Amino acid sequence: MAQKAIREYDGKAIFAKHWNEYFDGFHYGFKSVLVTSGDELREKAKEHGFEWLNQEPLVAKPDMLFGKRGKNDLVLFKVEKPGDVTLEDAAKWIDEKQSHEVTLLSGQKGHLTHFIVEPFTPHTQEQEYYISATTVGEDDVLYMSAEGGMEVEEGWDEKVNEVHIPINMPDTDMEKAIKAHIPADIPAQNKEAFASFAIQFFKFYRDMNFAYLEINPIVMLDNGEMAILDLVARLDDTAGFMMKDAWGDIEFPTAFGMEDQSPEEKAIAEADSKSGASLKLTILNPQGRIWTMVAGGGASVVYADTIADFAGVEDLANYGEYSGGPTTGETKFYAETIFDLMTRYDDPRGKVLIIGGAIANFTDVAKTFTGIIQAMEEWAEKLKAHKTKIYVRRGGPNYEKGLKDIKEAADRLGLDIEVYGPETHVTDIVRMALEK
Amino acid sequence: MSSRLFTKDTQAIFWNNNKTAIQRMLDYDYVIGREKPSVAGIVAPTSSNKFEKFFWGGDEIMVPLYKSTADAVKEQPQADVLLNFASFRTAYDVTMEAIGIDGQFKTIMITAEGIPERLARKMNQAARDAGVTVIGPATVGAIVPGAFKIANIGGTIENIINSKLHRAGSCGLVTRSGGLFNELSNIIAINADGIAEGVAIGGDRFVGSVFIDNLLRMEENPDVKYMILLGEVGGTEEYKVIEAVKSGKIKKPIIAWCIGTIAKHFSSGVQFGHAGASANADAETAAAKNAAMADAGIHVPASFNDLPATIAEVYNDLKSQGVIGEIEEPAIRQIPKVRRPKQFICTISDDRGEEATYAGFPISSVALPSTGKGIGDVISLLWFKKQYPKWATEFIETVIKTVADHGPAVSGAHNAKVTARAGKSVVEALVTGLLTIGPRFGGAIDGAAKYFKYADDNDLTPAEFLSYMKKEGVPIPGIGHRIKSLKNPDLRVKGLMDFAAENFPATPLLDYARTVEALTTSKKENLILNVDGTIGILMVDMWRALGYSESEIDEFIESGTLNAFFIVGRSIGFIGHVLDEKRLAMPMYRHPMDDILYDVKKAEPIG
Repeated sequence: MAQKAIREYDGKAIFAKHWNEYFDGFHYGFKSVLVTSGDELREKAKEHGFEWLNQEPLVAKPDMLFGKRGKNDLVLFKVEKPGDVTLEDAAKWIDEKQSHEVTLLSGQKGHLTHFIVEPFTPHTQEQEYYISATTVGEDDVLYMSAEGGMEVEEGWDEKVNEVHIPINMPDTDMEKAIKAHIPADIPAQNKEAFASFAIQFFKFYRDMNFAYLEINPIVMLDNGEMAILDLVARLDDTAGFMMKDAWGDIEFPTAFGMEDQSPEEKAIAEADSKSGASLKLTILNPQGRIWTMVAGGGASVVYADTIADFAGVEDLANYGEYSGGPTTGETKFYAETIFDLMTRYDDPRGKVLIIGGAIANFTDVAKTFTGIIQAMEEWAEKLKAHKTKIYVRRGGPNYEKGLKDIKEAADRLGLDIEVYGPETHVTDIVRMALEK
Repeated sequence: MSSRLFTKDTQAIFWNNNKTAIQRMLDYDYVIGREKPSVAGIVAPTSSNKFEKFFWGGDEIMVPLYKSTADAVKEQPQADVLLNFASFRTAYDVTMEAIGIDGQFKTIMITAEGIPERLARKMNQAARDAGVTVIGPATVGAIVPGAFKIANIGGTIENIINSKLHRAGSCGLVTRSGGLFNELSNIIAINADGIAEGVAIGGDRFVGSVFIDNLLRMEENPDVKYMILLGEVGGTEEYKVIEAVKSGKIKKPIIAWCIGTIAKHFSSGVQFGHAGASANADAETAAAKNAAMADAGIHVPASFNDLPATIAEVYNDLKSQGVIGEIEEPAIRQIPKVRRPKQFICTISDDRGEEATYAGFPISSVALPSTGKGIGDVISLLWFKKQYPKWATEFIETVIKTVADHGPAVSGAHNAKVTARAGKSVVEALVTGLLTIGPRFGGAIDGAAKYFKYADDNDLTPAEFLSYMKKEGVPIPGIGHRIKSLKNPDLRVKGLMDFAAENFPATPLLDYARTVEALTTSKKENLILNVDGTIGILMVDMWRALGYSESEIDEFIESGTLNAFFIVGRSIGFIGHVLDEKRLAMPMYRHPMDDILYDVKKAEPIG
């Protein structure tokens, strides 16, 4: 639960859906399609309402949450000269870009899968503006500039006007504040229209629960026609339950270059979504030597910190937590997933399993440990085959029984285990395991 | 703002009937020897119960349930803490309503995780404007050891005692994480003398009170001798603390650590910890914040694993300087291992002592003639758990005497007589008569109270009241007599009214009823206020004069209390009729056939 990035296409779709409600005096055509292949684009062009794909010159670019697409040479807007890209050009370009791995200037690597295709909009540099809004500290901040396009980042301080809008500022004051900060170099005849657009943009950003919304550039054409040439947006996904209709069918894609979630991570995420408890798993290094099964969000962080301090980050295989009173079954499933992952690759030094946790507030330790013990019973041979050394530290309701049970089970199964309670410092088992 | 977050007298309204968490609070209260439970009331909007039972040590107590926060504070104005356990969908509304109750809540704790950020910001701002301290959202709460503990913080009683959270120590603890709060309490108990006040501020990006708010309060709190801050990667809140230390606003020693040093190894995508935990700039990394805090003179260990040693060092130093003294370990009350909930509750009488009591009064103290008490006093004790004044108990007795009998022909008495003649016992014959009491027989008392009160509450003119009753399709209960009229008044009615005029402080409902009577008698002579109506109406006036709220009086009417006076009184008459039959040894009764209209047709087949 946090702020999540959305595709440019989805951002524009939200604009289009609410345009008439918010942007009085302006028009937006929303001519955009999102495709995953050249063929899909060709098919789209046959649909009613998408005739423009055949009739107008096009622009195509990847729509995968990363920016600086121009600098990365990933915007198709010309073959010979700007504005001559046909449907077929775009389709071929998309297929070509998809056929190989791409490395961005930032070093991120990955395959391009999603592309946004739109009409080419002829305009002058003077018609381009910059506008964005986000939260800084406790306030919302609106940024405006007379200069749109990529250049805006150079000389931000001189070119961009900021308006700080506290959360409880009345609309009349907000409107006054925005009008007072319209960039001076916006042509006089456009100032009023720009101010009106900026105010409505802010209200839209606010009411739609965006955490970040940037159009760079926004192009003001004749007769109130607006073109959103490039858009970056993040939504506050905690507002999702109120915004179901307003956002429509929204997707929160994984950042470009991030490995897609493994089946195990997906399975844990799915179990998490169905449970009242919290189950989280991120695999950092599948071949890592040190695996953790930690109860509690805060504790999981200090264990990761301490492992990095003692062994270095390369050895840390996973990050995650289980908390909020998971059932025995849920804990067993979580433990089995970890045991499965940690017995896939050999390490001559053997494996370390940290079953850690702080002193629980209300989670029944004996109950969750029953789940871990059940998983141990099934995976004992494999764990032994990988020379696994297990360190346990936990406190909270019923912890004495939990610790006793897990020690007995491990001894019975012939697993190498050391067990500690609240009298031992929470992360000290990491030192014991790694300080050698 | 008081420098102490809570005291031993602090009481809270708990929003949501979270029984486990509330029981943990009450167990804590009992162990530390609080006089009053820390939860004064529970808001449970969908429950139809009036209270929830909880253990208080080995005993049980009842904590009242309310439909809304507004209802709860009306009854519990002393409760200045709201523990908002509503879900992330409703937590905002609950908080805003509570802030809106002027001057009521000093502290609001919000447990829900994932409240929409914009709503959280609005809520936090509204609280700041109103001077309300918000703890959370997404927190396990706060504790002032030996005084007040929120919900599950500190975990089980065993852990609380192990971690010395049952009595005040000398550390002020502020953490973001709730899970690590317990851990820190434990570390502080092992390496120092426990905590004086602790707050887990919550894991969401926007929380109400931040580190600095809590540390500044602790700086003023004489119980706190040094502070421990456990921060997290992400955000810049720790820099406000650094500023306060540099400017001298905070002089007490601070020990601090930010968790999440691991995050620097991963460029993006991995969310280490809470929603609030993500570094958007170098200054927001755990390493940068730890370094900056160390530069400002804050005690920062080399790693989280070294934190215990740093705590011991600072504590021992303060102790050797005499800033921290020895703590005398207080006696604690033990909670029995086995506790059984009680099946029945009794709040009116008690037979466990020397002599059985009626609402706290030994029976002899109300029963004997020398006490000057009558049956009206006994009723006021056993029915209302109050000592009614003389005029009220006399009125009750007058009512009982007035309704005791109305001759053998009324249906209840008739039924009792028929049953007695069938050879049944006194109790069987009596209940046959009593079972007749209801909407048509004796019910006019209830009905009159209900409808006249409704009309009066809603300011209906007599004419509006009449047309309202016409629409309802019922004759006005308590109006009309077979033969009596204004000119030929019912002396029972006159007597009751005279008594009321002389003894009641005021009779607003009767006064209103008289205006209605003026209108009805102008239409028909005998549409007078009858004895049932007068009793019902005067009972309402009695309760009003005794200080009951309108809703309490409505509840009396709804629960059939008025009928109960009629039942008690008329039982006397019924028993008289039953004994009369026994005495006369009357034979079995059979109704004469010529008094029955026989109209029986042959049943038609259907289908």
